Amino acid sequence: METVVSIPLPRTGAPMSRRRVFGAYLAEMRCECLRYLRAPGFILPMTLFSTVFYLMFGVLLNHGEASRYLLASYGAFGIMGPGLFGFGVSLAIERDGGLLTLKRALPMPPGAYLLGKMVMAMIAATIVMVLLLLIGVLLAHVVLSWGQMLALLLSAAFGVLPFCALGMFVGTLLKGQGAPGLLNLVYLPMAFLSGLWLPLSMLPGALQRIAPIWPSYHLNQLTQAAVGLNDGPLLGHVLVLIGFAVGFLLLAARRLRRNG
Amino acid sequence: MNISDQVVARLAGVDKRYGRLVALDQAALQLRRGELLALLGPNGAGKTTAISLLLGLIRADAGTVELFGRDPRQIQARRRIGVMLQHAELPATLRVGELLRLTASYYPAPRKPADCAELAGVGDLLRRPYAKLSGGQQRRVQFALALCGNPELLFLDEPTVGMDIETRQRLWAAIRQLLTEGCSVLLTTHYLEEAEALADRVCVMAHGRVIHEGTVDALRARVAFKRIRCISSVDAGVVGGWPSVSDAEQRQGHLHVTTAEAEAVVRRLLDADPQLSELEVQRAGLAEAFTELTREADQASPASQREVA
Repeated sequence: METVVSIPLPRTGAPMSRRRVFGAYLAEMRCECLRYLRAPGFILPMTLFSTVFYLMFGVLLNHGEASRYLLASYGAFGIMGPGLFGFGVSLAIERDGGLLTLKRALPMPPGAYLLGKMVMAMIAATIVMVLLLLIGVLLAHVVLSWGQMLALLLSAAFGVLPFCALGMFVGTLLKGQGAPGLLNLVYLPMAFLSGLWLPLSMLPGALQRIAPIWPSYHLNQLTQAAVGLNDGPLLGHVLVLIGFAVGFLLLAARRLRRNG
Repeated sequence: MNISDQVVARLAGVDKRYGRLVALDQAALQLRRGELLALLGPNGAGKTTAISLLLGLIRADAGTVELFGRDPRQIQARRRIGVMLQHAELPATLRVGELLRLTASYYPAPRKPADCAELAGVGDLLRRPYAKLSGGQQRRVQFALALCGNPELLFLDEPTVGMDIETRQRLWAAIRQLLTEGCSVLLTTHYLEEAEALADRVCVMAHGRVIHEGTVDALRARVAFKRIRCISSVDAGVVGGWPSVSDAEQRQGHLHVTTAEAEAVVRRLLDADPQLSELEVQRAGLAEAFTELTREADQASPASQREVA
């Protein structure tokens, strides 16, 4: 027995109310969005890539139905960016700088970190799509119904998720400033090989046949359907994208658990 | 009250290896409620591994790791701790106030952001973006983040690196205040004067083992040497030949003598030189004790182990 009267510290770990846990998730999302919206060097390259391409090829060089087709394909291209870079680059840098370690040591609710980045990527992808829609409708005079616009925005918000998972996986492969280079090596060839820059029919037959192995090919099928240029069934494409998302998420989570 | 209730963090018989590298070898330590334990040791001694285990960042290969009697990987245990790591680049574009509110949101009953900013001396920086702060200010913000959850146990890993003397003193004062409130602190530091100024107990690690655990005085007492400093005309070479004198030299106009028998040597010095002045006798500091201890551990450790540790 200790004769010392215990220090006035009756705390035995106050329980965390559900409301406060929810608040922690919200705070994490809010901060994740704020910090990147305040970093134009991070946001602009992600959003400008596809909008500038669309301005050049969809407005200046093409008209009519080509502009409609390119709205969907550059749309898919634009959606990929925030997922791959928003997740991959920031994760690689934060693993390097010790922020991820600190967050893991702190009682941050599980998944809040990834959820925050996910929401940020969904917002960024939606912004890209809004910009493309504005260019398409106002400058290229593409005629779209409200429903078609909504379908495009929804494919942006949710279509970004498989690329978040892929970006996250790349972010676990290397630390620090090497990530953007590797991500570009994934991003640009994959966009080209899925027919986002040139229609698939203009690519060699072998490349056409392997196109369905790229998630961006399936995303393009969805955005083409949204603008009315793809009448085929969509469920298969959706399932493939979900599969990609879950697969890379599991791979990345395993690497994060093992290597931090 | 049971003594075990007073233990807030504990390692017992913990092994951890990274491939062939032995980071911890049967490591054991206990941190009690309301005390500050300083974890000391040369680089590679296993301090970082011990802390990472207690923070739930890594898993032990063998042994017990407990935080408030729980596995540190359980979030319920970590809701009672505050953390300041040695390296952490916080989001550059977030303001200090936003960082404080975000971190406070993880805890069930946090301190008011303004209060912890005040305690950490960053009350005037709340609206500044983190990247615009100086290195010392960033460290103080990280300290504010560590205490914003109103923790019962604070992990401070090299907290005063990069701080000027005045800031360091203010941080020490803040740590002392937290201790009087009943908070426990696990401190790792390379500054032995920091451990000397703050610690109730010190725990010295070498080669993945805890080689000494006890009060600061007990650690000092492990080294019997005392240091004598004076101005005297007695030749240092002559004093060096006296019994029980281990070292004597003339430096910057002063005679410096290291001995285990200070009283006898002082008497003999005064006899030899009645003009002797500015006499000072000091017990060996923590630094000497620490050097001595780790040297013993180096000698005791077989060469093969030294390589991997």
